[in-house]
Amino acid sequence: MFLKLFLTFLEIGAVSFGGGYGMISLIREKVLLNGWLSEAEFLSFIAVSESTPGPLAVNMATFIGASQGGVLGAFCATLGVVLPSFFIILLIAALIHDLLKYAGVEAFLSGVRPCVVALILSTAFTMGLSTLLGISTAAETPSPAWRGIGILALLAIIRLVWQKAKGKAPSPIGMILLSAVLGALLYQ
Amino acid sequence: MKHNTPAQEAKSLETLFFTFFKIGLFTFGGGYAMIALLEEEFIQRRKWLDKDEFLDMTAIAESTPGPVAINSATYLGYKLAKVPGAATATVAVCLPSFLIIYAISLFFEQFTQLTVIANAFKGIQVCVIYLIFSAGVRMLKALDKSPFATGVLAAVMLVMVGLSLAGVSISSILLILLSGAAGVAAWLIGRRKEGK
Repeated sequence: MFLKLFLTFLEIGAVSFGGGYGMISLIREKVLLNGWLSEAEFLSFIAVSESTPGPLAVNMATFIGASQGGVLGAFCATLGVVLPSFFIILLIAALIHDLLKYAGVEAFLSGVRPCVVALILSTAFTMGLSTLLGISTAAETPSPAWRGIGILALLAIIRLVWQKAKGKAPSPIGMILLSAVLGALLYQ
Repeated sequence: MKHNTPAQEAKSLETLFFTFFKIGLFTFGGGYAMIALLEEEFIQRRKWLDKDEFLDMTAIAESTPGPVAINSATYLGYKLAKVPGAATATVAVCLPSFLIIYAISLFFEQFTQLTVIANAFKGIQVCVIYLIFSAGVRMLKALDKSPFATGVLAAVMLVMVGLSLAGVSISSILLILLSGAAGVAAWLIGRRKEGK
């Protein structure tokens, strides 16, 4: 179990480009596949990781590790997610400083970048389908969660208005707090 | 970089540790927020690095796998005090997260068993979908709009959403590696054409 946590997060740390959000589609796959968390629990974990200080990826790894195997689980998962970064960066800083200047590397990254954006968008889309419409495959009949759809619509409207008025998107933590209040009121 | 006596080195490791601990403790919103803080701390306040080195660091941290915050900590730690520095900075930047999240995880299950909290989290879950989607849109806007990038984007989205609706699971890792390979292939073909 501890080895599995370590290896899973090692794999995630080694191939996730694009920072914390780039990692979410990978983590979601692994977590659902291993039956570690349900989709709803996973979303709650992201919210907690986003509202506490520190890198999203480290927070997620610690949280998932702790939920599966206490402090040792948290340690194994965090170590796993950090180690690939650590060694890759050491390698670059110490030996191959010009790695990024090789045209081949740049070409590889030019393919990876749009892929990561596509992964994030499709993860949000499939999460939305399963949480708000109750469908995870096309064969299922939709059972819309109207309150959830209402909250999403409201958040989108607030974002648009805020962006117009202040010229920037509202802070993630503010939106999380707002949706917590909405959830507590609507789901009574 | 400058050469230090052992005493100065121990001192600089200590400073590295506390600086990165502080950065891990006070940055919300992940890697990109952290980069702004690092710049303030290392370039403006301590003058440990110059602007060019810092820009190099940012480019490397963003284009290598793994969390941007960890990548920057390892890189800056190494630049300032070699391998011990890299290890110190990396541990220090993770430690606050680890302690805080572990403490939360101890109470989280009981906490979410309260009805009102469970309901609040139903609202929060919707918000997280919104947050992931807007992070995706933000990155989409920053992406270059070459036909190749647009093609990869469309293909990966189609495959991901299509297969997941069909109930088939596909590994994102495979898609990342394939897209990278497509990037290399497009580059090689482009170079071939130029060569002729």
